[in-house]
Amino acid sequence: MHKKVKYRILYNSQIADRTYRMRLSGDTGDIKAPGQFINIALPGFYLRRPISVCDWDQEGLDIIYKVVGDGTRLMSELSEGFELDVLTGLGNGFDLSAVKKGETAVLVGGGVGVPPLYGLAKRLMAEGVSVKAVLGFNESPQMFFEKEFSELGAEVHITTVDGSAGIKGFVTDAMKELSFDHYYCCGPMPMLRAVHRLCREKGAEGELSFEARMGCGFGACMGCSMETLSGTKRICKDGPVFKSGEVSFDD
Amino acid sequence: MTERSGAKKGSGLRDMSVCLGDWRLDDPVIPASGTFGFGYEFSEYYDINMLGSIALKGTTREPRYGNPLPRIAECREGLINAIGLQNPGVKKVMEEELPKLRSVFHKPSIANISGFSIDDYVYTASCFDELPDIGILEINISCPNVHGGGMAFGQDPAQAASVCEAVKRSCKKPVYMKLSPNVTDITAIASACEAAGADGLVLINTLLGMRIDPRTGKKVVSTGAAGFSGPAVKPIAVRMVYQVYEAVNIPIIGVGGIETADDVIEMMYAGASAVEVGAANLVDPYACYDIIRELPLKMEEYGIDRLSDIIGKAH
Ligand SMILES: Cc1cc2nc3c(=O)[nH]c(=O)nc-3n(C[C@H](O)[C@H](O)[C@H](O)COP(=O)(O)OP(=O)(O)OC[C@H]3O[C@@H](n4cnc5c(N)ncnc54)[C@H](O)[C@@H]3O)c2cc1C
Ligand SMILES: Cc1cc2nc3c(=O)[nH]c(=O)nc-3n(C[C@H](O)[C@H](O)[C@H](O)COP(=O)(O)O)c2cc1C
Ligand code: FES
Repeated sequence: MHKKVKYRILYNSQIADRTYRMRLSGDTGDIKAPGQFINIALPGFYLRRPISVCDWDQEGLDIIYKVVGDGTRLMSELSEGFELDVLTGLGNGFDLSAVKKGETAVLVGGGVGVPPLYGLAKRLMAEGVSVKAVLGFNESPQMFFEKEFSELGAEVHITTVDGSAGIKGFVTDAMKELSFDHYYCCGPMPMLRAVHRLCREKGAEGELSFEARMGCGFGACMGCSMETLSGTKRICKDGPVFKSGEVSFDD
Repeated sequence: MTERSGAKKGSGLRDMSVCLGDWRLDDPVIPASGTFGFGYEFSEYYDINMLGSIALKGTTREPRYGNPLPRIAECREGLINAIGLQNPGVKKVMEEELPKLRSVFHKPSIANISGFSIDDYVYTASCFDELPDIGILEINISCPNVHGGGMAFGQDPAQAASVCEAVKRSCKKPVYMKLSPNVTDITAIASACEAAGADGLVLINTLLGMRIDPRTGKKVVSTGAAGFSGPAVKPIAVRMVYQVYEAVNIPIIGVGGIETADDVIEMMYAGASAVEVGAANLVDPYACYDIIRELPLKMEEYGIDRLSDIIGKAH
């Protein structure tokens, strides 16, 4: 069936404080772009859990998730071989054609907003785009993927709120001095707002990935609506990625 | 129940068709308003022409953005929604949404109409009344997520009757009133609607519920109280359909917590002529597809030749 698949857990291991990486094997044919997400049914929970695709290939995909409540706690306890019922290839994803070969993209992620940027970095670099990654965390135990981004050949900048690693402060503190042609951003709402404002001041355009509590994740319930400059949009179906010129934070 | 309507086990053909007045549906399964958009996007998943019909997203006279986020809270065996009737308004629905639906769905659909005054209801219903591919006007007097109008009309028999009467007076199509479970005696509202000329009834809309996050002490959805539905409410819906079936002589569309072919059969025994499937579509886009494929197998297992034979047979 289109978009509904069974994924088998190949591994599920902790990579940072309360943060897990899960490898799923199964049909990834519906995944078209980095920044898309999957919606996972969990035994005993009525609603599915939306999680971004971190990276994917023909055999399967990786997700990275943080334990924040009962659903993600259950996920962290699932073992190898367990089969998950998943809606896959959801949302629009990032637009790779927004940057050209030889140009520079900055990828800005906060916490578990970092994962989808990894799949994006990999694909942009394959197109000859040069990538700078600004990865923000609260404190160093929560950090992950610094090495993975470096190994791709990206220029990595780390920020932590408490200064325990990298630059002390927020992603915007690291971005101020950077030059780039286009930005891609995924993280909590206050971060999206701050990055959007900074880049507007810099005169740069980009794309931002939003999140919302979802009833369905595929456009049926209007649970995730957001006002944009081009009308009311559903974060799950018309997003989660929106162009910087399309969104307004009332500031 | 004493007999299975003369049905014999294993006797070949399974007839799933049902009637709502003069309208014959291939099967009784209809996605419920608000959980299927304007339908056409589900054709990405399967051929939606297998559905009996489709109840369209609740439509109002003017466009509505709806309530602030968050609008969704998870519950055990269900969810709370505070969408607040987000829709582009009847004009855009007719000009932009319905043509897209028509290109993939070739049966009549059910318009779901909300309002804040009797005038609103009449205006919007009259617009849909002109369209040949609208089978029924479903009048939602039971939305718990808007202030003024909405559910208020569905909580008082006299008000429910006046909406029904006004719409009946200005429209030719069958008028089905969609009732709220948030009342002391649903049969009083049902009977008032029947007396006012309703051609049928749809029940139930969502129950008023609330969730508070124990980690923060804060209400989860922006409106606080909002509409609760899903499998958890099915026993309430079955009970209400059962009670209303005894009170009226017009067809009932049963809604509330339906997820499986067994749920459909249960609701029909209670007295429903057809059913609507709501929340189940949200957690699985194939919910109606699976139910329709499972129905003949369950009919065979239970020895039901004609599904319409079991309507109200639990009484
Ligand atoms: C498009 C999208 C992509 C996401 N990608 C990731 C990711 O890659 N990694 C990751 O760790 N998290 C991601 N999230 C957030 C993740 O969905 C939530 O952390 C998770 O649903 C929490 O479930 P829970 O049962 O542990 O928490 P609970 O708080 O117990 O969940 C209760 C309900 O609220 C919902 N909910 C709670 N927090 C969020 C949230 N932040 N966003 C949306 N719904 C929420 C749950 O889905 C559930 O329905 C993403 C969210 C969205 C919308
Ligand atoms: C997200 C959502 C939106 C809904 N929107 C409408 C609506 O616009 N009009 C309406 O009459 N009912 C609306 N309903 C109610 C459903 O049509 C249905 O009556 C109710 O949810 C009970 O069925 P269920 O338990 O199968 O969900 C909505 C329900 C949900 C979950
Ligand atoms: S979550 Fe249902 S429309 Fe977006």
